[in-house]
Amino acid sequence: MAVTYDKIATTTLGSATATVTFSSISSAYTDLVVIFVGKLSAAATCFLRYNNDSGSNYSQTDMIGDGTSALTQRRSNVSGFRLYDIGASSNPINNLIFSVNNYSNTTTYKTTLLRGSDSGGEVGAGVSLWRNTSAINRLDFVTGSGTWSAGSTFTLYGILKF
Amino acid sequence: MSPILGIWASQNYPRITSSYESIASVTVGSGGAANVEFTSIPGTYAHLQIRFIHTVTNGNTPTYMQFNSDSGSNYSRHYLVGSGTAVSAGGDPNQTDADIFGYTLGSSTTNPTAGIIDILDYANTNKYKTVRSLVGCDQNGSGEIDFVSNGWRSTSAITSIKIDADFNFQQYSQFALYGIKGS
Repeated sequence: MAVTYDKIATTTLGSATATVTFSSISSAYTDLVVIFVGKLSAAATCFLRYNNDSGSNYSQTDMIGDGTSALTQRRSNVSGFRLYDIGASSNPINNLIFSVNNYSNTTTYKTTLLRGSDSGGEVGAGVSLWRNTSAINRLDFVTGSGTWSAGSTFTLYGILKF
Repeated sequence: MSPILGIWASQNYPRITSSYESIASVTVGSGGAANVEFTSIPGTYAHLQIRFIHTVTNGNTPTYMQFNSDSGSNYSRHYLVGSGTAVSAGGDPNQTDADIFGYTLGSSTTNPTAGIIDILDYANTNKYKTVRSLVGCDQNGSGEIDFVSNGWRSTSAITSIKIDADFNFQQYSQFALYGIKGS
């Protein structure tokens, strides 16, 4: 019998790592949720990519509060869903929650919602579009430079509708 | 006129019970749908969550909800919206529905609006109801991300939820209702 909110996989880094990958993701669920808690070895630009696609097939609209002002920005034709400027090891823990609804359908492009916070500086939300109708079967969390710090945790959940 | 899809939310099927349960879901068929409705929602959970993607036949429409067929001016909202070029915030009292925004810019069939809606303490008959939503749509050059909080000034337990837009939901739009248990 299926569980509605199911932990698919979890990774807690034993050492610094440049890329964290969830592969061979079952198409049996309805939505995917990823929860990240961690840091970088140095402040860097990081991306989420699907199915190992590093082409300019992503775009996003973000909204951020940095303690001084509210900002919004847009990125078009980029090579991944850019995550917030995650703080380096000297900063407090960062939290990100991703949700990809209907990730395994082969009719629509894939829309991802993101909520995140860096307790040292920012809180925000974003929406990203991956212009591909393929079912998502792989997630890559890529650091543009630096590495994900040891102790960082990535957990992948599947949500199954009736 | 496209059919209104109404479904019975109480289903009899074998499943593992847990704190987070699937109650019902709707996938819009080839004829499209003017709206979607969950009915006969059991009062046995603490909170509800709706997760969806949708596309519509025309653009520039928000997504909105009504509870228990209430179309009176019993709703209110506050919102924080990022359009990629400007941030806006505001509040609107005495509305006839719970607007969760999520503007779909254009009638694309491939760029879905996605949303997560939390309805807290939905079955409590001592409180008005609060709805929290995160909804967004990006179309590679346009888009919007929305934080919205809605209030429904009724102490009735929510037993039905109607989800609507100014234009029909297109085929493959999907809405799923989940229940989250308390103690």
